Amino acid sequence: MSNTSMPAPEAGYTGYIDGEHHHDMEGDTVFGFWIYILSDCILFASIFATYAVLRGNFVDAPLASELFELDYVAMETALLLLSSFTFGMAMLGANDNDRKQLYLWLGITFALGAGFLIMEIKEFIHLTHVGASPWSSGAWSGFYGLIGTHGLHVFAGMCWLVAIFYHLHRDGITTQNRTRLMCLSLFWHFLDIIWICVFSVVYLMEMV
Amino acid sequence: MGHSTTEHGASHGSVGEYIVGLLLSIGLTALPFFMVMSGDFDRTLTIITIFVCAVAQVLVQLVFFLHMNNASEQWWNIITAIFVVVLVAILIVGSIWVMQNMNHNMLMGH
Repeated sequence: MSNTSMPAPEAGYTGYIDGEHHHDMEGDTVFGFWIYILSDCILFASIFATYAVLRGNFVDAPLASELFELDYVAMETALLLLSSFTFGMAMLGANDNDRKQLYLWLGITFALGAGFLIMEIKEFIHLTHVGASPWSSGAWSGFYGLIGTHGLHVFAGMCWLVAIFYHLHRDGITTQNRTRLMCLSLFWHFLDIIWICVFSVVYLMEMV
Repeated sequence: MGHSTTEHGASHGSVGEYIVGLLLSIGLTALPFFMVMSGDFDRTLTIITIFVCAVAQVLVQLVFFLHMNNASEQWWNIITAIFVVVLVAILIVGSIWVMQNMNHNMLMGH
């Protein structure tokens, strides 16, 4: 029907865009992971809402404002914030194909994450000892539910870091490993963003 | 490979960008902590500062650490994020509102 003439295809034209195809897959993986992170936001929003509703209900348990130590929380915050930064530096190492820099910064990130988690567990043990256990009151249940979920995410991120170390060790900085690193970096920065909300809404608002 | 610009949510930063992000985050964390810990600021002012700093820091981290910007490849990232922000707002504000109403009716009786 059509009598418009098409220009002849270039030599080597196959109808497929090979490089681009692979590339899109990679982008889709990261985008899919982004959707997961957003759904995780909804999980955290539900737990935040629960905490907000329960926050005044201490019954006979000690009050949060009597037990929170803000300098301790500031230390935890510093560890997590720095780890977000060091993960960014690790990504720059990955972009430059600089394996040494990548390993170094990922190692520091892992150590900071571990430090954060240890501080959080110590805080939980201390609070439980002085009577503010998860089962003592609604407000403390909300507190442990929220902070504990965040802590579990950090723990999951650290397990994932170990897995990535293994993949990097086995295959080097491949396209696939880059995608994995990209997803984990999104996850790690996301945890830092959740922590901003946690220290603002839970610790600072309780002490103000 | 053109690797750095076309992935969804995956454009890469620079050292400078990360350092600026880190410094801004430290400032936006230190200010509310300082105000609460010193305890000699007006309560309302402190609460407003806490919320403004928190929102500002979330935005700082989205821009400097997650590299969100208004590039067209990021359109889907941003549209989905806005959708979730709306959902989160409904969830949190709605929960507090409903529960407060219920508490009010339970305690006061008629």
